[in-house]
Formats: sequence, C-alpha cells, structure tokens
Amino acid sequence: MGKGKGLIKTILDRQLPQLIVVIAAPAVMYFTRAITVTFILFLLSLLLLYLSKLKNSYKLIIAAVDLLAVMPLAGLANSYALDVITQIGIYAVLAIGLNVVVGFAGLLDLGYVGFYAAGAYVYAFFATTQANNVIPESVMKFPISGNWFWLFLPICMLVAAGVGILLGLPVLRLKGDYLAIVTLGFAEIIRIILNNADKPINLTNGPKGLTPIQPPSLFGIQLNQSIHFYFIVLVILMLVILATKRIYNSRIGRAWAAIREDELAARTMGIPLVKMKLMAFAMGAGFAGMMGCVFAAKQTFIDPSSFGFMESIGILAMVIMGGMGNISGVVIGALAVVVLQLQLLKELSSYLRDLTVAGVLNIPASLDPAKYERLVFGLILILMCIFRPKGFLPAKRSLVFIKKLIGRNGIVKDNTLDTTNISNTSE
Amino acid sequence: MPLLEVYGLSKSFGGLTANKDIDFHMNDHEIVSVIGPNGAGKTTFFNMISGFYRADTGTIVFEGRKLDKLTPEKVASCRIARTFQNIRLFPEMLTVENIMAAMNMDFKYSLFDILLHNGRFKKGEADAYDRAIELLKYVGLEGREGELAKNLSYGEQRRLEIARALAIKPKLLLLDEPAAGLNPKETEEMKNFIIQIRNELGHAILLIEHDMKLVMGLSDRIAVLNYGVKIAEGTPEEIKGNQEVVEAYLGIDEKEEDVGAAS
Repeated sequence: MGKGKGLIKTILDRQLPQLIVVIAAPAVMYFTRAITVTFILFLLSLLLLYLSKLKNSYKLIIAAVDLLAVMPLAGLANSYALDVITQIGIYAVLAIGLNVVVGFAGLLDLGYVGFYAAGAYVYAFFATTQANNVIPESVMKFPISGNWFWLFLPICMLVAAGVGILLGLPVLRLKGDYLAIVTLGFAEIIRIILNNADKPINLTNGPKGLTPIQPPSLFGIQLNQSIHFYFIVLVILMLVILATKRIYNSRIGRAWAAIREDELAARTMGIPLVKMKLMAFAMGAGFAGMMGCVFAAKQTFIDPSSFGFMESIGILAMVIMGGMGNISGVVIGALAVVVLQLQLLKELSSYLRDLTVAGVLNIPASLDPAKYERLVFGLILILMCIFRPKGFLPAKRSLVFIKKLIGRNGIVKDNTLDTTNISNTSE
Repeated sequence: MPLLEVYGLSKSFGGLTANKDIDFHMNDHEIVSVIGPNGAGKTTFFNMISGFYRADTGTIVFEGRKLDKLTPEKVASCRIARTFQNIRLFPEMLTVENIMAAMNMDFKYSLFDILLHNGRFKKGEADAYDRAIELLKYVGLEGREGELAKNLSYGEQRRLEIARALAIKPKLLLLDEPAAGLNPKETEEMKNFIIQIRNELGHAILLIEHDMKLVMGLSDRIAVLNYGVKIAEGTPEEIKGNQEVVEAYLGIDEKEEDVGAAS
C-alpha cells in the first residue's frame, strides 16, 4: 500500500504527466465512442484534474472543455455513457443535499429519499393527466406544457423544503440514533402514502405509478433526449455546488459546524438551534425536491418503488464514502457508487454471461455479479471504514477561503506560525 | 439599578434541593465570586442564569428583563456569555472559527447576500475575521488562528473559551471555574487576565471558583453557597472572618451540623 501511495503522490506532484493524462483521456474516450473502459478513464481523468496541482484557470478550462464539448459529443455516439454521467450528476446533487444535513449539521437523516419523492410527485402530478382527478378539466387541462418545467424546478424545491420543515419541527428535538429512526419512518410513511393515495381520490395512481410525464421544453423544442437532461443536470449541479459552498463558508455554515461539534456550547453562544437545524433540513430537502422534478421529467414514469429505503442508504453511502462534510468528496462518492452500479458490475455480468454462452465457464444465473451489488457495497464500506474512516476526501478546515474572500491572501500559510505572524503585523 | 437581580431562586432535582431561596444581585463593572463546597449548588445557580435549567420558583432579572423563561440562545442575545467547567470548545473547528461562530447573532448579511457574495457579505466576513483575530491576540493566542481548537494546550483552550465568550460582546461574563486544572503560575496569570478584562472591557464578571487565593485576590464581593442555601455574602475580608463559612469549608462534626441545618 505504501508503494501505491508513493506512486499516486508522484503523479499528483508532477504537472506534465497530469496535463498529458487529463488531455489524452477525454480524447481517447471521444475516439473510442465512450466504451466502458475509456469512459471510466475519462471520469478518472476528471478526478485527477481536480486533485492535480495545475493552475486553477487551467483546471477550469479543461473541465469546461471536457464537460461542455467532449462528453456531449462522445455521448452522441454512445448515449448510454451520457445517461450514466447524468445519473452521476443527479446523485451528486442528492449527495450534496444529504451532506448538508449529515455532514455539515451532523443530523443523521435516513429518510432523505422522502423529499426526493415529494419533488418528483409534485411535478409528475401536474405533468400528467392525474391533476384532472382533482381540478376539473373545465378549469385547466392537464398535463401542463413542458415550459412549466422550469417553474416547477423552484416549486418542487420549495415544496420539498416545506415538507422538510414540517418534519423537522417536531423531530429535531431528537438527536443521533433517535433522529435517524424517525426520519427512516418518515420516508417509509411517504412511500406508503404514495402507494395508497389512489383512493378515495386518485392522487398518486398507487403502485401503478404516474406516466407519461411531460418532458420539459424550451422555446418550443421538446427536451427529451439524454443530451438535454445531461445539460439540465450539469447546470443544476454547478448551481448547487456554488450555493452550498457559499453557504458553508458563511455564518450559517459555521453555525452548523458549531451545532455539530457541541450543541449546548453553540446555544450558549447565541446560535439559534432550531432555526439553524431547520435551515439545514430545508436546504437538503430542497435540493432533493429539485432533483426529484428532473428525475420525473427524465424518466417520464415514476412509481413508489423508486423511492425505497435502500435508495436513502445508497445516497448516505455516497456521502460516507466520499467524505462527510466535503462537497468535492461527496461528488466523488456519487461518481464511484454510480459507476460501480451502472458500469463495473454490469460489465462484469455481461462479460461472465458471454463466457457462459461461449461455454468457457458455467456460472449459474444466481451468481450474476449484478445481483451482488449490495454485497460489493458492503465490502467497500467495510474497507473504507478500516483504511479511510473519514472518506475518500475528508473535510478539512482551512483559512484559505476566508482570506481569499476578504482579500488577505498575500501570504496564505495557515499552519505556519511564523508566516502568519508576519502577515498579521504587516496588516 | 443593579445589572443582575435574582429573587428567591429555587431548584430541586427529585428529592435533592440544589438551590433554595437564593437572593442575589450584581452591579455593573463588578467581579463577584460564588464559592462553596462541592455539591453546594454553584453550577446549578449558573445554569439557571444561563438558561439551561428552568428555576422551580423565583425570578432572574437582567437589565430590567426577566430571564427565567428564556432559552440559552435568548439569554446569550441579552449579552450574557459563559464558559464551562469542563472546556466546551468546537474542537474540529479552527480557533478563529470558534470565535466567529460566537458572533453569529451580530452578522448583518442575509442569505441572499451570501449567495451573491456581494459587498455587504464580504464586509461582514472581513469585519468578523478582523475582530476574531483581535480577540485571539487579546487572550494571547496571536498567530494561532489557523489551528484546530483541539490541538491547543489545556491552558490555551481555557483562554480560547474566554475569547469565544467575549465575542458575543457580553455585558455579563459567567466564568465556571476558570482556573480549574491550571498550575499556580497559570492561575496567577488567569487572575490578572480576569481583572484586565473587567478594567479594559468593563464587563461585569461572575465566577465560580475553588481556588481561594484567586477568589480572595480578585473579587469585589463573594457569595457563599452551602447545601443550596446562600449562607454569606460580602467582601473578601468579611467572608474570611465569617464563622459559618469557615465551618462549611472546614466541616464540623455530624451532630452540630444537623442542628445547623435544622435551624
């Protein structure tokens, strides 16, 4: 392991090989039409780009070219890769939202998917004929047109945030395990309501689900291709990252951290406990609601089974694997989990199936790797607990951000006593 | 008008009477110590003032405002700050963030300003940062702003906790055993530091302390609790000469004590 670490460190310390890799990998992916191997290489090159020591402006330019040009172009040839990366984006937003609740504010929420469901069903309700079961056709004819999608993004966010606050008000008195149990129950209640709210008035169409959900449209063009959702998710992801980063590095983020560290001490310092906890809950829920809206529009079909308990656990696994409290970390967590689910295990399955068909091996269907997804997950989580208990990229506190923000970045050496002293006296 | 007035404050936990009918007051700019043997109800008294416990009976009035129904965060917004007997910092946050977190209620910018990163937000953050650095300097932690609170030494953590309490611009500072765990030299420094805070910043300071040398050296007045009852109050000299206090501290034999409690 020491050797591997040394190798990774050398790669991270040298700029030229990094530059070659981050430029070559996208090119290779483009020319090979994003087959699994090169697509994963491409994703890894994005990760390397993020971790590399290249100048920030270079990083931004390369990332922009990768995500705005190379990926969509490669996706034209292979829309499955585009679907996978869109899925990564959706889960990244969910993981960031859950990270606000669990990582920043320290409130263990096992029912996060409930908010995702709320957002999805709000859009689906109005974007199918379902709403006519409540609102007579003479008043308004449903489904609404795809143009409404853009308005429904904030609406779904607000509805989910509202649900978050409603749930939060009574349960935020609880801490730790007790909070986890109540939120878990809450998500189940939402799912069961969705499953059964088809009578006496048919609101959710029960287990049959809602379909066909109107896809979004913009300037009269219907956006129902993979590439459209790719861009929608990309824009939302960027906005969510920006907003979360800014809130985290403000008095609100500090208040959350203080509450997580020592609730009583935080209250003694005048931090309004309930308000801050509700804010974290509402923000996390809001992001999930917004993504629920996108999810409904993308799938054009939703049913309660998409919002089960395992989904919440999956998102929590992304947060824990990536690094609780670290935005970049949880995005990487989302990437790792989705790639594992949709690419690695699937590819392995089809490879083994090919071998079986060719008669080389005889693997019974019950040993199909795709069926052991949760087992592999569990193993990875155990390994993470042993080797990197704080996740792939643990949260790190530093002065760099605030110094940059307020223009004190002359000498940024937060942990060196001497330099900080000098910079202080010179001010 | 006194800064803090306490009338007939009582609190019991089950059968145990922690505080009984305590009357107490404090003036501006005053250093008052609460002393008493272990289990005398000093920390209970503190916890009622800072809003952790609700008094069974009695009232607490601070600057004419009743405190006894307020939550800890509301008490803090009346500008009453406190430290803890067993240090309670935010260990995984930087020292400077510990202090900035305590300035939470003084920030003027809104959520909107945060999202836009506009001038008001930047100015608010810059001002808070500068004040936090100043406070660190004030408690002798200059240049340590980039360190995690948990990495400071014990004495430094005590001082950081005081800096954090000062960050909420207190009119009344409650110190719960500020010299606990400090060596004689550090205790002496702490004594001078507390006097310095009062003289320079003008805060009224109420402290609980066991170290008699410290208490006698800095208090304007001393209140003595024993078995939840205030048995004496006065200047250090008066307290030194008070028979009941000496008995409470040195102990008397069982029989006499029973008589004393009954009377």
